[in-house]
Amino acid sequence: MSGYKFENKAVQWFDDRLPLFTVLRHSTTDYPTPRNLNYWWNFGSLALMMLVIMILTGVFLVMNYTPNAALAFDSVERIMRDVNYGWLIRYMHANGASMFFIVVYIHIFRGLYYGSYKAPREVLWWLGLVIYLLMMATAFMGYVLPWGQMSFWGATVITNLFSAFPVVGDYIVTLLWGGFSVANPTLNRFFSLHYLLPFLIFAVVFLHLVALHTVKSSNPLGIEMKGPQDSIPFHPYYTIKDLYGVGLFLIIYMAFVFFAPNFFGEPDNYIPANPMVTPPHIVPEWYYLPFYAILRSIPNKLAGVIAMFSAILILFFLPWIDSSKVRSAKFRPIFKQVFWIFVLDTIVLGYVGSQPPGGPLVVIGQIATAVYFLFFPFLYLLGKIEKPRALPQSISAAVLKSEKA
Amino acid sequence: MAETSTSPLAPPPEGETRRDFLLYATTAVGVAGTAMAIWPFIDSMNPAADVLALSSTEVDISHVAVGQSITVTWRGKPVFIRHRTPAEIAAAEAVNVADLRDPQTDASRVQKPEWLIVIGICTHLGCVPLGQKPADPRGEFGGWFCPCHGSQYDTSGRIRKGPAPLNLAVPPYKFLTPTSIRIG
Repeated sequence: MSGYKFENKAVQWFDDRLPLFTVLRHSTTDYPTPRNLNYWWNFGSLALMMLVIMILTGVFLVMNYTPNAALAFDSVERIMRDVNYGWLIRYMHANGASMFFIVVYIHIFRGLYYGSYKAPREVLWWLGLVIYLLMMATAFMGYVLPWGQMSFWGATVITNLFSAFPVVGDYIVTLLWGGFSVANPTLNRFFSLHYLLPFLIFAVVFLHLVALHTVKSSNPLGIEMKGPQDSIPFHPYYTIKDLYGVGLFLIIYMAFVFFAPNFFGEPDNYIPANPMVTPPHIVPEWYYLPFYAILRSIPNKLAGVIAMFSAILILFFLPWIDSSKVRSAKFRPIFKQVFWIFVLDTIVLGYVGSQPPGGPLVVIGQIATAVYFLFFPFLYLLGKIEKPRALPQSISAAVLKSEKA
Repeated sequence: MAETSTSPLAPPPEGETRRDFLLYATTAVGVAGTAMAIWPFIDSMNPAADVLALSSTEVDISHVAVGQSITVTWRGKPVFIRHRTPAEIAAAEAVNVADLRDPQTDASRVQKPEWLIVIGICTHLGCVPLGQKPADPRGEFGGWFCPCHGSQYDTSGRIRKGPAPLNLAVPPYKFLTPTSIRIG
């Protein structure tokens, strides 16, 4: 590619036959990265690390898990009690799912705040959303595998969402179940797909990185790199910064694993699945709660399901909905406030989703749902009327100016 | 700002620098941490507590007649228990130990001469030898015959002919009463 000659003859010999080292060099020490990235840019590498941890712990869990409705629950208990360090590997996997979503949500909101979805990064944004959708499907099916009460009833409720569709709904649900209720065939196919999807995610992450390395990272100023004075090589500057983030993140993650391993879990999932009794208060995992709240806020089955799916699908159109030419919220005084209202709104939705339905929460949930969907047309209008602040000439100009000040 | 753009990959002006120290310290902590993180994963593949709990088997041998053999399971493996006839005991004791591939006296392989207890796994490549049932081939030495590659064992379970290198292993066992044993 660059015609670079490696000093080590063996490396050069291998590289002439398979340009592994050239590619590595090209995407690390030769890869120009904006010099002004802040810590919000750490969450991409953290997400990749979580994906690797989830696949690794998952592979080891499968060595002791039995995907059969009669045996699954006991095999998970055996992992917890009898398998050496089984409790550690399972808690890393269960809490890892929550950590993965926390990291990815921060990564998505960072993209939103700094306008990282705007041209030329639309495909990069789409690939990220595809990863997010695959993660939701994977996490849902993984939660079914321990075959506790929450697993069973979560699976029942979520698969029943598809029954909302007219005519074909019931056929789809029967197809998903492989029977007339959630049962052993459902568990078996969910296990199969739960093992498959992470590898699909890995493939899409690879495409996400290829797209990233084509269009390069965005940055807090939201202006493109114009020359070598605006960039520093990814390695060693950002590898060491990412590593520092990994250290801090692992402390938080492991604090949950060792000191509050069931913080994100539901006690009811330690009761074996019982198709005859629904637990009194069933809630999805926290990372679905905002969407669950949207579903419940709309008093019509089909409309609720459509609204829930639209809440995610609308994000695919964000690069065109947001009509402002300026990327970063730093230079968009009104957008900056609207962004935080949107963040707050998703948190309110999450809270509403976590509570039993009824009382004033129904109205609050409906208002929050309306705010969620009004955000997008407002964003379109805002781009037309907002007067952005003056953008700096270049990344290096802005950096040097703040250095003087 | 200018100094941050110099590459740390360039050789330091002279000798060891603070940056070298930090690099080595980071690497050392990273390697040690990774090694410690890997261990639980490797150890999870070792036998679990419920598997280890199955590591001893008690057997009632009062119903095994002279000349009869039974096979019991210990740690998932077959264990041969043979109630030897006086002729079989005599044959096993008459062998010149120096001629054997894996020299062992019959006395060192049994606690009571009439009871031979061995793990029923050929020491060649792990098949289960024939010779437990009256109709089975027992080979030229009246013990066991492995159908996989033709190893032949005598009435003390010692290798006499064929590719196997060692005698059939004797598991740890104890007579709890004259008619019952605990293996493992």
